Amino acid sequence: MENTKDNVKVMNPADSKIPEGPIAEKWTNYKAHQKLVNPANKRRLSVIVVGTGLAGASAASTLAEMGFNVLNFCIQDSPRRAHSIAAQGGINAAKNYQNDGDSVYRLFYDTVKGGDYRAREANVYRLAEVSNNIIDQCVAQGVPFAREYGGLLANRSFGGAQVSRTFYAKGQTGQQLLLGAYSSLNRQIELGKVKSFNRYEMHDVVMIDGRARGIIAKNLVTGKFERFSAHAVVIATGGYGNAYFLSTNAMGCNCSAAMACYRKGAYFANPAYVQIHPTCIPVHGDQQSKLTLMSESLRNDGRIWVPKKLEDAKKLQSGEIQGWQIPEEDRDYYLERRYPAFGNLVPRDVASRAAKERCDAGFGVNNTGLAVFLDFSDAINRLGIDVVRQRYGNLFDMYEEITDVNPGELGTQINGYNYYNPMMIFPAIHYTMGGIWVDYELQTSLKGLFAIGECNFSDHGANRLGASALMQGLADGYFVLPYTIQNYLSDQISVPCPGTDGKEFDEAEAKCIAAQESLLKIQGKRSVDSIHKELGHIMWEYVGMARTKESLTTALEKLKALRKEFESNLYVPGSAEGMNVELDKAFRLNDFITMGELVAYDALNRNESCGGHFREEYQTEEGEAKRDDANYFYVACWDYQGSDEKAPELIKEPLHYEAIKVQTRNYKS
Amino acid sequence: MSKITVNLKVWRQAGPKEKGEFKTYTVDTDTDTSFLETLDILNEQLVNNHEEPIVFDHDCREGICGMCSLYINGHPHGPATGATTCQLYMRRFKDGETITVEPWRSAAFPVIKDLMVDRNAFDKIQQAGGYVSFNCGGAQDANNLPISKINADLAMDAATCIGCGACVAACKNGSAMLFVSAKVSQFALLPQGQVERARRARAMVKKMDELGFGNCTNTGACAAECPKCISLSNIARLNREFIKAKLKD
Repeated sequence: MENTKDNVKVMNPADSKIPEGPIAEKWTNYKAHQKLVNPANKRRLSVIVVGTGLAGASAASTLAEMGFNVLNFCIQDSPRRAHSIAAQGGINAAKNYQNDGDSVYRLFYDTVKGGDYRAREANVYRLAEVSNNIIDQCVAQGVPFAREYGGLLANRSFGGAQVSRTFYAKGQTGQQLLLGAYSSLNRQIELGKVKSFNRYEMHDVVMIDGRARGIIAKNLVTGKFERFSAHAVVIATGGYGNAYFLSTNAMGCNCSAAMACYRKGAYFANPAYVQIHPTCIPVHGDQQSKLTLMSESLRNDGRIWVPKKLEDAKKLQSGEIQGWQIPEEDRDYYLERRYPAFGNLVPRDVASRAAKERCDAGFGVNNTGLAVFLDFSDAINRLGIDVVRQRYGNLFDMYEEITDVNPGELGTQINGYNYYNPMMIFPAIHYTMGGIWVDYELQTSLKGLFAIGECNFSDHGANRLGASALMQGLADGYFVLPYTIQNYLSDQISVPCPGTDGKEFDEAEAKCIAAQESLLKIQGKRSVDSIHKELGHIMWEYVGMARTKESLTTALEKLKALRKEFESNLYVPGSAEGMNVELDKAFRLNDFITMGELVAYDALNRNESCGGHFREEYQTEEGEAKRDDANYFYVACWDYQGSDEKAPELIKEPLHYEAIKVQTRNYKS
Repeated sequence: MSKITVNLKVWRQAGPKEKGEFKTYTVDTDTDTSFLETLDILNEQLVNNHEEPIVFDHDCREGICGMCSLYINGHPHGPATGATTCQLYMRRFKDGETITVEPWRSAAFPVIKDLMVDRNAFDKIQQAGGYVSFNCGGAQDANNLPISKINADLAMDAATCIGCGACVAACKNGSAMLFVSAKVSQFALLPQGQVERARRARAMVKKMDELGFGNCTNTGACAAECPKCISLSNIARLNREFIKAKLKD
């Protein structure tokens, strides 16, 4: 580590542990030269895996298959509930089964470009490389992917790509992939190689002599803190989208495990990169608890539009007319207009901002003015309602159940063209590209602590392409971590697994108990949810889709005040004994506030627009994101300074591109 | 959207061994709000009155994780068909209506607190054989194994099960046959599942019996109440699989 002129620390290139050689050979070289652990020694080593989503479940089962002893934790009542289950659209792989010119290189290139040239090149190449193994692995497990009549696998297109490389299982791909990983996990539980702890929440990571050696986890049923030790700790606990309160995340998704690692000294990378998904059902009211995603796959056949005329928009907002009453010539298919080459299949960040731009200009189509149309009339006229329903029927039903509007219902017929009821959609917080910093081996800046899946920062840069989250979670868990962790564990073979009665465990548990007591002691007037909603409002308003220096400074002030409110006016009912859901939520909220500040600090530091991070000061005349590669071509890592009140310190990991020429993203031609 | 007021008659139980009782609460909500959001509103009221909020399982709130449960007005997941509790909206209820809310009731799913039950038995059934014994690495190319679209689609329909337990709650015998048959069917229909086909059917049925689930008497309540519309034909397939497996013994 060295300091630059402006006194910012810069990592040495060696810290990211990127292997030597040309990009296509790095992973092969790594595997050829890494240290391994022999079978007899594997039996003596144990690994804690926190989380049972795609990354956690696949890592836990694969490590156990290799012979390691695994302790696996989840906060839900079963490993099968992890929020990966809700992923709808699909998983990318460079199989080129469609003979449309796909290749590992092209998937790599699309992912780097989609991430607005802010991802680490070597990691992304490896991801593209193992993508094909994932499909093979899942089919071998019995995952029922969609198939053609000839019996071979079917594909569809997703945003940011000009090929069809997305494998899917109806609109429930995440469910089927997770159940595949869960089935492998179950086999290892039955064989006794994985011990599964359900309804347990990680509260701290325990460091002994500078290495992660265990965790403190709360049994959510008894309310007791318990101690667990191992030779290494892997966290696979997902993203921090719920810092915004309303998101497409599940209610229980939280960033507390990641924050515990951060507070122990693990760097947090690129927190400002938050993905706002363009196709969610718009907010309906104050009591709303979460937002529902309508799969990106709908953009294969759905066309996004708002009225051309402001007076039509006004009539839609007041409820005088409905979408299907506006004829073709008065519709503005703004994505097709602005981005002719990719049209409705531009990446998510581009589609979200374009929707916001139209709504800000007054063209929103519902009573709040914060919605655009997603229309299937074209597809239904071309293919018939049956084919369209076969593709998206479950999504149509889900939409109708929530909004009471049927998107397959015929509105009117003009000149032989049928106008159907369009869906209304609006962008919502969906995924977080930022996360715990990891090197090429997926090890954090703390020895023996690894982070995989959404909770690390590694592969998506400033924006994630659709169907790439499932790919990354499973790549990390099945094919990357089980190799790289051995390079670490190989010199631990003679180290006995530490007991849980040492002073490090005592201290960590005492800290958890003290934190719990202080939450129960506040006895103020406000519920956890009321403060969480306020946090969400601050985050969406000032740290959301369009950020400015001013809005971010305001956010930091407001978050500071909110922390005071939390610490002085929170009310948590009940006691520390037994199950106390409000108490568990209070712990998480405390971490969401810290997380919110981290997002704002990073967004304020990054004086450029890239991917999901859009600073209004930095845009082209056409309103496109304007990067500053001369000054911000780096991963921003944030180092905790011992207290949540203190601003974290920035450490830069400079990016080096060898294979790809960094250029301005273009989805127009 | 219109505002409505409902009375929620909710089962409260402090712990697995405590005696439970119904308590009735009045909540103001609206027709565009979901049922679980209405419970959130009630919990906010309870917290503000310094009372203990109602404990219930829920997570994704989009009908796929299988975490939410609730027996609402005598139906698992409430009155809507093919939907989970989290996808239930208040437009299904009338202003002034009293809505009875109970936990899943089954010997195999003991109450943890209020409306939350322990469904660990479902995991244990899956652990007994709900998988293809295949170690990661070394899989052949995915397209080397063509599978007829018909069977792939049928397997997918069975695999859609979210493991919520509504089938057990709906069954007067507390049988888990629909749940078990969904997993057995998925693998029986696919070439990957053939090698362990008989062992799987035997092991999963044996584990189900051990865990205290009741027997199937073909009333079909499970399939009628299943939020994912898992077909009763899967139970027929499980019966065939089980008999064939037993004949091999």
